Amino acid sequence: MSNDQSRMSELNLAKLKPYGDILNDGTIQVSFTLPVEPSPEAREAAVQFAEKMGLDQVKIATMEKAAQGFAFFVVYGNLRHTVDFTAIKVLKVDAIKRSREEIDEIIKTKIGRKLIVLGACTGYDAHTVGIDAIMNMKGFAGDYGLERYQWLDARNLGAQVLNEELLKLAQRENADAILVSKVVTQHNIHVRDLQDLMKRAEQLGLKEKIVFVAGGPRVTHPLALECGFDAGFGVGTKPSDVASYIVEEHLRRRGIFLEKAGEKA
Amino acid sequence: MAHLKLDLAKIERCRKLAEEIAQPVETMIAAHTTIAIERATLRMIGVNGAVVRNGQYYPEVNAIIEDLHKEGRLGRGVLPLFVNGMIQTGKSASELGTAVAEKQIRLTELNQAPAAEVAKRAHDLCAAARASLVSKRDYRDGNRAELKDPFDPRGTNGPLIYVIVATGNIYDDVVQARAAAQAGADAIAVIRSTAQSLLDFVPHGATTEGFGGTYATQENFRIMREALDDEGKKIGRYIRLTNYCSGLCMPEIAALGAMERLDFLLNDAMYGILFRDINMKRTLIDQHFSRRIIALSKIVIHTGEDNYLTTADAVENGHQVLASQFINERFALNAHMTPSLMGLGHAQEMDPEHPDVFLLEIARAQMTRDIFPEAPIKFMPPTRHKCGDIFYSHLMDAMFNFVGVLTGQTIQLLGMATEAMHTPLLQDRWMSIKNAKYIFNGARSLGRDITFNSGGIIESWAAKVLDETLAHLEMIRAKGLSKAIEEKAFAEVSRRETGGKGYDGVIVREDGYLNPFFELL
Repeated sequence: MSNDQSRMSELNLAKLKPYGDILNDGTIQVSFTLPVEPSPEAREAAVQFAEKMGLDQVKIATMEKAAQGFAFFVVYGNLRHTVDFTAIKVLKVDAIKRSREEIDEIIKTKIGRKLIVLGACTGYDAHTVGIDAIMNMKGFAGDYGLERYQWLDARNLGAQVLNEELLKLAQRENADAILVSKVVTQHNIHVRDLQDLMKRAEQLGLKEKIVFVAGGPRVTHPLALECGFDAGFGVGTKPSDVASYIVEEHLRRRGIFLEKAGEKA
Repeated sequence: MAHLKLDLAKIERCRKLAEEIAQPVETMIAAHTTIAIERATLRMIGVNGAVVRNGQYYPEVNAIIEDLHKEGRLGRGVLPLFVNGMIQTGKSASELGTAVAEKQIRLTELNQAPAAEVAKRAHDLCAAARASLVSKRDYRDGNRAELKDPFDPRGTNGPLIYVIVATGNIYDDVVQARAAAQAGADAIAVIRSTAQSLLDFVPHGATTEGFGGTYATQENFRIMREALDDEGKKIGRYIRLTNYCSGLCMPEIAALGAMERLDFLLNDAMYGILFRDINMKRTLIDQHFSRRIIALSKIVIHTGEDNYLTTADAVENGHQVLASQFINERFALNAHMTPSLMGLGHAQEMDPEHPDVFLLEIARAQMTRDIFPEAPIKFMPPTRHKCGDIFYSHLMDAMFNFVGVLTGQTIQLLGMATEAMHTPLLQDRWMSIKNAKYIFNGARSLGRDITFNSGGIIESWAAKVLDETLAHLEMIRAKGLSKAIEEKAFAEVSRRETGGKGYDGVIVREDGYLNPFFELL
């Protein structure tokens, strides 16, 4: 066993600490602005904030005058706190990642018709970059968008679609899944819009019928669940991640369980 | 400044095609007015109050125009009725506006003065409005002359540092804007509340609640202009103010921007058509009138071609940007604007992992500079390929700044390290300005000290983009602009001539249409 391995063998996951260059040093960096002029007193205030965050050996790497009456700090320190990594449970989207070909094949053989997927930016949100990346033919980072799937009937409704109109269309078209992208988050408008959609979906009895998926830079799976959605996807999500989930969840609701990755071999 | 060797005959051909593409659009524009043009006309002659409706301010001009539009009485414009109302009642425009909006007076039920008298009075009112706009313009230009003003349309003084504020509260925006100016910003843009472009009225008064930005209102314009004037005097540098003159209220925002001495307005019908699904006829007609006001007030417009690269691949679609810039240039010329007022937009949005990506970005940025040498071109930062890794993001912005200063861009909208996360914090903006100042200073003369290899990667790429642009414009000319847009000529978005928002606000002009601004502006 080499020395570095033996060193890391001392890692205690029940008492996890941030890593700088020595195991358990707890080193972190934070930056923030205080609405006061840079001064020795401002520096001391920054030290006290760092200590209250749980930092030892606080180093004020820089105190800069960002504007009149504003001091910007970069701070390093060693975090006192530990986290029990072994006790962490995280809600994750429950689906195996599959390729476009695999997904098309599953829909073809197990469902036998195209799944209808509607995508939209809802409410006042006009930022379609996310929904475009997932829906449009071209896709994102080399992963083709849902429009490219032979066995998905994917329709990108674009920006500023009203929740009620989206659901009306979903009813009329017998949609199997709805993808909602939310980018603007000021005053938590994204949460309110998502909750509103699900409240309406419930009233219309669409919750069981349709797989509801939320996405966006500030959307997480737990947040989506809280809002009543079935799944949430954040930054870096590829179209095939979303398609994998939709297909698996669609089948699950019909009592068909796809094999786990390990069983495939 | 190093220049690319571009085929001048091809560039000339592109301009000719753009002129031919714009021609039928101009004919269409001349045959119509819109509810927004008529509202802007009333605003310019002095109707700027608001009535309270459902507990909220609603502009008097909307109340007035809405009723007349319902009755189908706007074919000759609002002025024949409104000016007759002034003659009959003896009220000022402002007084009459309030009385009509509150439904105390019905313009359609008044006695009718002789048409010549109405026309004469309308002309006098519009001429006075024009004089007022000119005096605002001259006052603004005087402020610029008094202070240090680094702006030069051709970009010879290095890129202008342009940042956004977007708190939603105009008073917080003022704090952020002052801080940015102190850090080195030359221009402040107050981002609008999301979807304001789709409101068919301009909100009234100072506002403290917005989503993703702050409402554009006349009072918010005034508050920010006053703050920047004050800050500019303190730091000895003129600070430009920017707002958004796109969407359903284009002509009104242009009018209000002119009244409140704005310096820059984002103004682009193509943007509204493609990205806000605004009806193309409506917004092209509106754009023309707004640009007439802008031309008088010598406001620099910014066009939105940068957005094409966020929905269409930036490596493959440089030609769409350039083709649209040629068309936008022609629309601006047709509205009496000079090239020095055309802030044609583009962006550095290519995939950062693409091989030789900086060479391709330099090619695109340099060709924009060289093809539009008189225009204050506006360079937009990476957004599409940004993620939460703020350190990498900061580095992307540094390379963007490097390309900007190297290729002589006029207006540089600085990228933010936190681009994919939130509207900028004070410290984000400060860090970004520090980044830009470092690079703009350190590489200030680089563009003048190098040459591009003849037949090298950069020059060949520019030649390829120009060839594709020419082919694209030939296609658009053959199909017509609206058909081409329907077939996704730009940004991979399809729109129809009769689709989109605001179409019901387009009005066919009747004989006797009266609006002296069309001669005066």
